[in-house]
Amino acid sequence: MALFRKKKKKEENKWIKCKGCGDTFYVEELEQNHWICPKCSSYFRISANNRIKITADEGTFKEFDKRITTKDPLEFTDLKPYKDRLKDAVSKTGNKEAVINGVCTIDGEPCVLSVMDFAFLGGSMGYATGEKLIRAVEKAMKLRIGLVIISSSGGARMQEGILSLMQMERVSAALALLGKKGLPYISVLTDPTTGGVAASFSMLGDVILAEPKALIGFAGPRVIEQTIGKGLPEGFQRSEFLLEKGFIDVVVERKDMPKYIGKFLRYFSENVKK
Amino acid sequence: MLVLDFEKPLYEIEEKINNLKAMANEKGIDVLQEIEALEEKKNNIIKQEFENLTIDKIVKIARHPNRPYTLDYIERIVTDFTEIHGDRVFSDDHAIITGFGYINSQKVAILGHQKGKNTKDNLYRNFGMSNPEGYRKTQRVMKLAQKFNIPIVTFVDTPGAYPGIGAEERGQSEAIARNLYMMFETEVPVVVVVTGEGGSGGALAIAGGDKVGMLEFSIYGVISPEGCSSILWRDTEHSVDAARAMRVGAQDLYELGVIDEIIKEPLGGAHRNYDEIAGNVKAFITKSFDELLPLSKKKLLDKRWKKWREMTTQFL
Ligand SMILES: [Zn+2]
Repeated sequence: MALFRKKKKKEENKWIKCKGCGDTFYVEELEQNHWICPKCSSYFRISANNRIKITADEGTFKEFDKRITTKDPLEFTDLKPYKDRLKDAVSKTGNKEAVINGVCTIDGEPCVLSVMDFAFLGGSMGYATGEKLIRAVEKAMKLRIGLVIISSSGGARMQEGILSLMQMERVSAALALLGKKGLPYISVLTDPTTGGVAASFSMLGDVILAEPKALIGFAGPRVIEQTIGKGLPEGFQRSEFLLEKGFIDVVVERKDMPKYIGKFLRYFSENVKK
Repeated sequence: MLVLDFEKPLYEIEEKINNLKAMANEKGIDVLQEIEALEEKKNNIIKQEFENLTIDKIVKIARHPNRPYTLDYIERIVTDFTEIHGDRVFSDDHAIITGFGYINSQKVAILGHQKGKNTKDNLYRNFGMSNPEGYRKTQRVMKLAQKFNIPIVTFVDTPGAYPGIGAEERGQSEAIARNLYMMFETEVPVVVVVTGEGGSGGALAIAGGDKVGMLEFSIYGVISPEGCSSILWRDTEHSVDAARAMRVGAQDLYELGVIDEIIKEPLGGAHRNYDEIAGNVKAFITKSFDELLPLSKKKLLDKRWKKWREMTTQFL
């Protein structure tokens, strides 16, 4: 193993360090292993594009609403102008927003798939993110197929102030309409899903699936520690904890996720038989 | 009574005027000129200090310890009010008041955050920060309101949903999310009044209505100015900058198209005259009812969807 890795070390950027065990691994090796550490089994956070690759059936994903993006209506500046943060996020991810929409099949089942990108400003939800999520719901209603949203987000985007907060109600409202049409919504939670994203569409799935050990909660652990003035128990706000408390349906290994999404799309589909 | 620093000159001069009047009454001397001079001084102070309040002062007024809270509005606006309690699953949350009564002769269901009036009361009310049970109690009331066709009025005033271990264990995020869903789905008119502090998701949980009014000196934001400062500026010194940058005032929200109306406050703030502000709030509610109550369920829901579907799209 050590020898094998040494050989390829020429291309530095092709190596990624595992936060779990500290070892470094070759990108291709990780990719083949669904971005799971071969040594300690830690899950790497993955980009929306890579998530789509391991979720949608090969070659089926057709992106829509690709050009929707935020325009910094508040002209927000903290230590750095929001405009600059946005530019960085766009060049880093190659995407224009913190969510990617597409139509695809998963495990053979047609659906609308929306995937949040944690690499894009922490997956935070701004007004354009909210708009894209609503359009995903509307697309599902138009095509009469199910909706799958894969979340990874720190919550609402502070640099858009109240405009970002309102997206929580807007997207939840759209989901209420989807529900009335009898179309399924599968919510998939990945590390991390917190704040205004957890407290809106992420928790509204007809079924809620989560990757193992993902951080999921309303308040961030640091805020809770500061409020109560003591440390938090081991495993608090992790997927397994939420499963135990009754807030998610199944904890699913990354490799099995498409199969599970497919199962539920079939259970809830309009076709009577498999 | 608590007086904030920038309010002091006003209270001092009001006290002087009152003392002078009392003395004049007692001793029968003519102090008309002196009083007129003081009144003019008072008006100047009001003009300087209160007519164009800066955001740091607005934040302070929105959180003023004397500010009227949900129960104060209920007392002045709602007749024959009965509070109901509990989420039927875990407990009763004292940070949120729910109940039924009448505004004029119209039946109403009331939901509102409740802060405490003093330290002891605040501990009981958890400073107006609800746990999941509070939101689930409002869900019960929304279902009842729909079942018996009663319009809903909400009063929003919370620093935010409570960030605690128990709150997370019992699904704070699910509780808020379900509220957002149900507030949209409910087939009766929903009128929202932001009365003080609209703190993030914990506020929005009871603020997804057909008509949203906001008191002139209340605030409403995605995170508290202090929280924003500590995350984005990485210190606690920039909460005023954060409040300004996030545009948390009623005027800002109106310009951004997020609220429908600004409810005028008495000079110096709602805490200076409870009856006057209650009257203004009542006028907003009845006006909203006049518009919403005649609508069919379908029209009401279509209009509600249009409102939320279009919100913030002007910036795309
Ligand atoms: Zn590892």
